[in-house]
Amino acid sequence: MAFADSWIVVPVFAPLTAALLAFLVRRASFFISLAAACLSLLAVAVLVNRFLVNGPAAYAVGGWDPPLGICLRTDGPALIMLVLTAVAGVGISLYAKGYFTLRIERPSRVGRPERQERFFWPLWMLQLTGLNGLYLSGDIFNLYVTLEVIGVSAAALAALSGKSASLIAALRYLLVSLLGSMSYLLGVVFVYKTYGVLDLGLLQAAAAPAPGVIAAMALMSVGLLLKTAIFPMHFWLPPAHANALAPVSAILSGLVVKGSFFLLFRLWFDIFSPVLPAAAFNLMGSLGAGAIIWGGVQVLRQQRLKLLIAYSTVSQLGYLVIAFPLAFAGGSSQAWSAVMFMASGHACAKIAMFMSAGTIMLHAGHDRIRDLAGIRAYLPVTAFAYAAAGVNLIGLPPSGGFIAKWMLLITALAGHQWLWAVVLLAGSFLATAYVFRVVAQLFVIPPDKPVITRRRAGLLEWPALIMALLSLLLGLMAPYPLRLLEAGQIVRTAMTMGGGP
Amino acid sequence: MSWENVLIVAILMSSFLPGVIIFMLPERSTALRTGLNLFGAGLKMALVIVMDLAIYYGRIFQMRLELMEGVELFLNADPLSAMFATLSSALWLLTTIYAVGYLEGSPNRSHFFGYFSLCVTVTIGIAMAGNLVTFLLFYEMLTLTTYPLIIHRGTVESLRAGRNYLVYTFGGGGIFLFAVIWLHTLAGPADFSAAGLARQLVESEAPVLRCIFLLMIAGVGVKAALVPLHGWLPQAMIAPAPVSALLHAVAVVKAGAFGVTRIVLDVFGVNNIIELGLMPWLIAIAAATIIWGSLRALQQDGLKQRLAFSTVSQISYIALGVSLADHRLALIGGLVHLIHQGLMKITLFFCAGNLAETLGIHRISEMAGVGRRLPLTMAAFTVGAMGMIGIPPTVGFISKWYLCLGGLEAGNQWVIMVLIVSSLLNGAYFLPVIITAWFGKQQGPWPQERKFGRLETHWMLLIPPLVTALTVIAAGVIANAQFSPLTWVKFVVQDYSH
Amino acid sequence: MTTILYSVTGLLLFVFGLFALIVCPHPLRKILGGNVMSAGIFLFLVAASYRADTGEIDAVPQAMVLTGIVVSVCITAVALVLSTRLQQAADQGARRRRKRRREEDAGE
Repeated sequence: MAFADSWIVVPVFAPLTAALLAFLVRRASFFISLAAACLSLLAVAVLVNRFLVNGPAAYAVGGWDPPLGICLRTDGPALIMLVLTAVAGVGISLYAKGYFTLRIERPSRVGRPERQERFFWPLWMLQLTGLNGLYLSGDIFNLYVTLEVIGVSAAALAALSGKSASLIAALRYLLVSLLGSMSYLLGVVFVYKTYGVLDLGLLQAAAAPAPGVIAAMALMSVGLLLKTAIFPMHFWLPPAHANALAPVSAILSGLVVKGSFFLLFRLWFDIFSPVLPAAAFNLMGSLGAGAIIWGGVQVLRQQRLKLLIAYSTVSQLGYLVIAFPLAFAGGSSQAWSAVMFMASGHACAKIAMFMSAGTIMLHAGHDRIRDLAGIRAYLPVTAFAYAAAGVNLIGLPPSGGFIAKWMLLITALAGHQWLWAVVLLAGSFLATAYVFRVVAQLFVIPPDKPVITRRRAGLLEWPALIMALLSLLLGLMAPYPLRLLEAGQIVRTAMTMGGGP
Repeated sequence: MSWENVLIVAILMSSFLPGVIIFMLPERSTALRTGLNLFGAGLKMALVIVMDLAIYYGRIFQMRLELMEGVELFLNADPLSAMFATLSSALWLLTTIYAVGYLEGSPNRSHFFGYFSLCVTVTIGIAMAGNLVTFLLFYEMLTLTTYPLIIHRGTVESLRAGRNYLVYTFGGGGIFLFAVIWLHTLAGPADFSAAGLARQLVESEAPVLRCIFLLMIAGVGVKAALVPLHGWLPQAMIAPAPVSALLHAVAVVKAGAFGVTRIVLDVFGVNNIIELGLMPWLIAIAAATIIWGSLRALQQDGLKQRLAFSTVSQISYIALGVSLADHRLALIGGLVHLIHQGLMKITLFFCAGNLAETLGIHRISEMAGVGRRLPLTMAAFTVGAMGMIGIPPTVGFISKWYLCLGGLEAGNQWVIMVLIVSSLLNGAYFLPVIITAWFGKQQGPWPQERKFGRLETHWMLLIPPLVTALTVIAAGVIANAQFSPLTWVKFVVQDYSH
Repeated sequence: MTTILYSVTGLLLFVFGLFALIVCPHPLRKILGGNVMSAGIFLFLVAASYRADTGEIDAVPQAMVLTGIVVSVCITAVALVLSTRLQQAADQGARRRRKRRREEDAGE
């Protein structure tokens, strides 16, 4: 494995430093944060470049080797998630600036938006640190630490709006996150007792059926499923995401839940796949099916836009989990492809949707779907961004969601697994129903609609549009992520065939 | 990047770029918007004609873009594509002129014309799709771009019609996707080719292939308004007349019929369809739609609703011709009806729009004596109706003639019966309209009259139907000439004759 | 022997804490339950650091415990702030409701 240079620590340390600086220097907090986001984007670009040339790389922080030192490593899927987080990070930072600017101009309670903004930037940078750290971490205990960082900053961000509904939802989120982390930690301890190693690479080599491993995997999986809000452990997500400030909802639904899912997928498919029975994969698949159907039905009952989008997250996360049995059947080379497209497409689309919902709420003053007719007249870019994001959720070509569903359906139909195929299609129909319920309202311009003139902010509308277009056109850019995944795959097979680490 | 690739991209961009620019124009820049529209339409027409000539003289137009293993975007302009693309471009040019006149003074025209242009881009994409994935991509996009046009008026009925439209088309789209992926697992990624599926696949997987075929026909049959999947079409009449003209002559319904053609000819292959025993089913569905559409048309008092059901019926002539594809004459009749029906139906819808815009007439019962007030419009309407019934020398006669000959060649008297009965039914629901219009007595003042100076109606509303009506007659008279639609269809069918 | 005692106690604490976290309605008890859970895991980890076969002490679980304690303190702090803030908001809401009711009674 090649030795990576110090660019690998930049995505973790740049936001961490920025968090500190943004807290200390209030006036420049936006510029510090934006600089850190851009810097981590640059670092990720460099890492991708190095990866395509040299293959996976590892870096021991401070020169301390594992098991006592912290090891950061890059490989295909991690880089895809890093790119996603970095791009989304820049977009969300810009949007948040526009959001707070508009709120400060016209506050519902004097002083509150300033206080919110003051704590938003440090917490968001901390969140970015945690996410980047999770994707780069090379051992399962460090992953626990990054999970906790993500959880704490996410809960604090969720509580930022100060309303009692947000506080309740944030406290519940924190306690659920705590439960999940504890469960994961206990699983880590079991793994350590069984194998004696924490490093991911060493674990991959050492993984073999042993007593205690199933218990460990069960504990870790339950913990991560709680954090990813997979049915039936999704109860905390809708209130937390819906009651948060718009940029925070985007962060939570778009990026945070993807982190714990990434870890879950990696544990199941990269490390412990020889240990797990096929029935376990089918169990995960049924949880995913339940999420898709139950979440989809719940979405249709919602009257408020942000709750609708939050429940839609619950439903779409089911697609990620229903990929487990299909990826298991499809073979290791394809396992990551479908979930990476699904995760990236959904992240971009959900971020765009919450951004749009936030803009609409700022301008219309409410988010009751029934009364949202005619938004297109004064927020055309926002309405189009929402519709484009919706196309990805439905899974129409050429969006990322379509590519993911294509891969999943091919595996399902080739393996004659009709049930999964039917569930996937049913999910698309449900998604069509709830996407167009809102899009119809946004797009129609009733003949008697009074025109509202408020100041339109570019920073609010254009990041949403760009994220939505990214999710819509992800299918056209498909060869690039696939190349990243394949590059890692070849090296891994060469390593295992070449004879051990 | 050869000049052929540049041409394909240019044809698509000639309506995509104006569409995107029009979205960003402020509402009041009418002249710029109209100019952009007409420029794009004219440019597209010119480029498509160039492509037609090049294809006639044997040049290949292909473009590939691989997304991932098994999913490849493939644009391939073969003679069949060129036929559909030419029809779309020509009729789009005329509909643009009509729409500019029709929507004068209406709100939200930038959005309308933006989506209008995108709609045509997507239709050309459907025409030039070279494999099922590309076809699927543009097919779904067609739904997305036509939906805002249907709900454009913003009323409760528009929203309901739009929702109905979505239920039907996305339902069909989902089924179509399922069938495409299923076929993909069996046959692998395959481009459209006249040979169709591999022989041993047909022999080994016959029942599965029958199932896939039915699902695919159901999927495209929604847009092609095959019975019983036609329910969205009459409700969609709530949209403005240019949208109805576009949907029924150019874009959506034709795309559905085009899809049926592609599936039978290029995905499965004519021989394989016969081998699987699916021909009788297709003939049955087509015949049922033809008769049912005509029967329902008789019951309608709303002019556009009657024309909608007439469309349901007439599109299935194309399906009927394709279902007899092993007989060359029937296939010619079906394919040429794709062009002819487009010309005739758009004339009828243009005239219906004129009646609504100028005099506020929406029902046939209000049409008594309108021939004196709008003589040119009603003359065009009469020509279109004559074509629908199949009276020479209109083009409608040409298509029905070839279909009949094909039916005789196949020895299938049911087909002849269906053609005769439907022609009688066409007469039954068109002739009363014409007679009332010309010879009826005006029953009191018109619902909502608008004066346009010396012309009977706005010149932009008058020229398009006159042009298409003249074409209906001219293309029929010179059907055997070098550049008539019929000759082009004979050129297309060369690839599929065996 | 000590190892087994520590391990079993650790797991028992984990289960008790879990029970408290899920069942008790009051936020403070939930937070305390979370703390008990983490204490249980740390005890289990400490027990895991003793290698019975060689008699050696493994440093890695001890490092994990230290890190875990720090993390646990942070989370407890944030959770306490949130529940305090929640209590304040609830009190404020109750006070406002009482004031409104008093005004309504006075206005009659």
